[in-house]
Order: sequence, then structure tokens, then C-alpha cells
Amino acid sequence: MPPVALNKSPLKRLLDEVGPVDQVAIEERVAKFTTRSIKKSSKVWGLNLVVSMLDLTTLEGKDTSGKVESLCRKAIRPDEFVVTPTVAAVCVYPAMVTHARRCLGDAKIKVASVATGFPSGQFPLRTRLQEVKQAVRDGADEIDMVIQRGAFLTGDLQRIQNEIAATAEACGEARLKVILEVSELETYDNIRAASFLAMAVLRPGDFIKTSTGKTSGNATLANNQVILEAIRDFYLETGTPIAIKPAGGIKNSKQALQFLIAVKETLGDAWLSPERYRFGASSLLNDLLMQLRKQQQGVYQAPWKFSDAFSGY
Amino acid sequence: MARLPITKTPKAYVGGKFIRSESRRVYPLNGKKGSFICNIPQCTRKDTRNAVVVAAKVGTNWASRTPYNRGQILYRLGEMMEARSEELAQAIALTGNLSIASARKEVATTVDCVIYYAGWTDKYEQVLGNTNPVSGSFLNFSVTEPIGVVGVIAADQPSLLSLIGLVIPVICSGNSVVALASSTNAYPAILLGEMLATSDLPGGVVNILTGFRHEVLETFASHEHLRGLNLCLDKDEQKIAETLASESVKRICIHSRQTDQAWFDEKHKSLYAIRNFLEFKTTWHPIGA
Repeated sequence: MPPVALNKSPLKRLLDEVGPVDQVAIEERVAKFTTRSIKKSSKVWGLNLVVSMLDLTTLEGKDTSGKVESLCRKAIRPDEFVVTPTVAAVCVYPAMVTHARRCLGDAKIKVASVATGFPSGQFPLRTRLQEVKQAVRDGADEIDMVIQRGAFLTGDLQRIQNEIAATAEACGEARLKVILEVSELETYDNIRAASFLAMAVLRPGDFIKTSTGKTSGNATLANNQVILEAIRDFYLETGTPIAIKPAGGIKNSKQALQFLIAVKETLGDAWLSPERYRFGASSLLNDLLMQLRKQQQGVYQAPWKFSDAFSGY
Repeated sequence: MARLPITKTPKAYVGGKFIRSESRRVYPLNGKKGSFICNIPQCTRKDTRNAVVVAAKVGTNWASRTPYNRGQILYRLGEMMEARSEELAQAIALTGNLSIASARKEVATTVDCVIYYAGWTDKYEQVLGNTNPVSGSFLNFSVTEPIGVVGVIAADQPSLLSLIGLVIPVICSGNSVVALASSTNAYPAILLGEMLATSDLPGGVVNILTGFRHEVLETFASHEHLRGLNLCLDKDEQKIAETLASESVKRICIHSRQTDQAWFDEKHKSLYAIRNFLEFKTTWHPIGA
């Protein structure tokens, strides 16, 4: 009989508890999602659904009130020719929340704010919570927080869980999105473990978000799938539905539709709604509109007809 | 022991990579008496769209090179083709429509055409651009700019000479190109892709698709991102192209299906072939300021 490890690290214990991820199987599975053929009316339906799930994002040091204002206009009426739903939310830095709220007027679009020392999270808990409370006071409907990846990797799991719980409390009515920053978690096993860690303290309808979009690694079909399956297992076990938001690196319509296929085939129709699934993206919207206009007008479009800072010619 | 035959898989050349059609379709290239030679990728409108995306991306880089550098690169393309001229001639003669002697003549004329335009890259501006005489305390001058991504459809024959004759004057000023090669003999174009890849030309400046013109002509004509078309078409095709291209107000230049011989004419090498795909920018500037 193998010797029983009595002094396993907390991370190891958690990994054992939630079970491992079969890397080969996950990657094979998601490779299949890219082979589905979605055309014509179902494509238009899918593209419109993606628009309605968008967290239209601008998170740059050079953001100005002007840029946020035009982002909000775009959120309300994405295209001048094609009728689409409005996007789900605009996602900005805390300093822009009041302004975004004002620009959105009475449109049914949420204001999401990153908080808690985005993107690194390496700040004292006290100021991170202050940030959250301030953003909520300023009118944020949703808070995107980052976890301390360093604490996770060193096995300080209790601390992460406590911090998520404290942030959820500070959010009050606002929904919370917990950014795992999957690219810094190194392995699929860790992503699954971190998902369970967060889900245990999240409220129904709160989100797990893959990435900040500020590191080299971003949302991929594979790490999205790991989280989807974690959410499924957690839901079957506890009955609590947790939502998910892949962010970063989803730049074109084709990718976005593949993510939707993953959702449909893993969690079912209940998750095909902006309440349970979001895309965090900035350049994706223009590509969606480009494809929608292509479907409407029948000809391939030029990028300069959309509000892109287009660098080619 | 006899060696196993090693045959080359013909591939289209897009974005500096050798690709199959996204549709995975191919069509057979046959020699005289219907003998099978190889399968050619049958590119689609989606391949065309993808090629336009990469052509646009690399275009600004190509246009910002110095004209001298563009000339050097085109000259190197000429060198690459010259070194493999016999292979090109064999490829032209492959389908059996031409004698090897005529094929060699076509290759020589083609390489000369490349060298001709390589020479023009840092000279056309002096000839086409100018200071304009105005009465007033201003300088007024016109300078040229490339227009962007241009679509090219080559003649079926002469397959190589017509392709080069339509592509090179367009790219020498900084445009990028998405080209459809001859449907009846695409093999020389496939070899040309390999030479483009080794000529220091940034990948994506010239993209060569293979397939049938009736499958992609409408996409070429209607795609709004293509700013110009340099096409060799017959009368019916011409009407389709002109009608669809008018929607996005493209610069369109159609070479009706000429006799094979006409492509060898010296008239075909011309500064005006460069000018067709330039935009002129005229600027007023106060004197002495």
C-alpha cells in the first residue's frame, strides 16, 4: 500500500478534492468546436447573441472621457445600418464609472468597473475594498476583481477565499466577476482548482472571468472549457449557477461563435444569455458588425467603414 | 533500387505561407491527351477574403519602404526567376499547349518585365509627380500614393507573363496584391510563389490564389476592401466585374482577352501601368514660409 501523505499542502489538497483535468481530452474536445459549420440565419442569430453578451471594454492608461463617451454611444447603438441588440455592459476603470454612467443615460446597459488593484491585484486588501465600494457608489453595476495569483501559487488559499468573500460583501447589490488570470495559473488543474475555490464563496449569478487581457496569455477555448466544466460540476453538486466571462484575445466573430458552441454543448441553453455568459472584448464588436453587414448586404466589408483605428490600408 | 517518386504538392501562396484552399478542394491539372499531372488548390471566396486581410496588413509596411529598397527587392525577384528559368519554362510547357521554345521565350520576357519595373520604382515619382505652375505666392505640387490592396486576375495564357505583367506594375509603387492565376495552367504561378518567398518581398504583398475565375470573380469585384482591380477578362465577365465594382467605386482596369502575342509587345511595359494604381495628392504651400 502506498504511504499516506499526512502533510499535503493546501493546494495539493484542493487539487485532490476537485479532481484533475485531462489535458489531452480537453484539447481534443475544443478542437472539435472549431469544425462546426454555422451559416446564414443561425450565424446571424449567433452574432447578435454575442453582441448582447459583450462587455465593451476600454482599459488603457490613455483612456479619456471622450473615448469613454464614444464607447458608450457605440454600446447603445452599435451600428448605423444593422439593427442589433445593445451590448450587455461597458467595462472601464473606476475613475471613469461616473462618466460612463452619465453617458449611458437610461439605456439598459450595465456599467462594469475593474477594481481591486487591477490588473496585478498586488495592493493591500483595505484599499482594494475601498476601490470596490467607491466604484459601486459611483454607479457600477458590476465589479471585475482580480485574485492574487501569487497567493494561489504559494498555497495561501484561505486568504484568496476570504478576499473574494470580502469583495463580494463590499459589492452589495453589484455583481462580482472574479478574474482568475488563467495564464498565470500555469496548468489546467490549477484553473479548475481556482474556479472551485472562487465558486465556493460566490453568489448565484456572479462570474468567473478568465483573464485581465493585460498578460500575454488570454482566453482560449481550452481554458474556457476547463472553467465551463468546473461550473457544470459545481452546479450539479450544489445547484448554484455561476456565470463565466472569457476576456482578452477574442478578436473575431468566428472565435466568438466557437466559444458559444462550447457553452451550448457543455452547459446548455440556460447559459446562452448575457446573465450567464459574457465576452470581455474591445475590437470584437467591430468584427461582429462587419460580419452582420456582410450577411445583410452580401459583400465583404472594408474595415474603415467601422470605428476602428485601422492600421493597415 | 528504384527511388520512390517524390512529387510536389502544389499550394497557393498567401501571406508568405504556402496554403491549401480553406475548402480543401482541388482540381486536376492535365497534360496533353488528358494525362494527370497534379492537383491544384481550388481557392474560394473565403480564401480571397483571407488574402485581402493579410495583404492589407502588410501593405503599409511595403508602402513605407524606400522606393530604392522596393526596386532592390523586385530586382532580386528577377534574379530568383532567372536562376530557375528552365524550371519555369518546363512548367509553362507542362500542359502541352506550348512548345518548350515558346515557353522559354515567355520566361525571358517575364523576367525582363520584372527588371523593367524594378528600375521604375525610384523614378516614376519624378516623372508623374510635379510642381504645378500656379500664379500666386504658393508652391503647388502633386505627389503620388499607392491606393491599397488591388485584385489581379491573370489571363489563362500566357499564364506567367500575364500574371507578372499585371502584378509587378501594381506592387512597384507600394500597393499589395491578391491575384488569381491562370485556371488552365496554374503550375508556373505556383513556382512563382516559391520565388516570391525567396526574394525578400514581405509575405502578403503578393498573394497568389489558384482556382476558377467564375468562382471568385464576383468576390474580387464586390469586396469593398479591394481598392483597385487589374483584370484580364472576356466580355461577359467584364460586365459582371464593372457592375459589382461600381458599388464600392473601385479603380478598375480591364485588359480584354488579348491574343497571346500581344502580351509580348513592348507596349506592355509602360509607366502608365504604374500610374493606373496611384492616387495623386496635390498640396499648396506658401512660398518662403
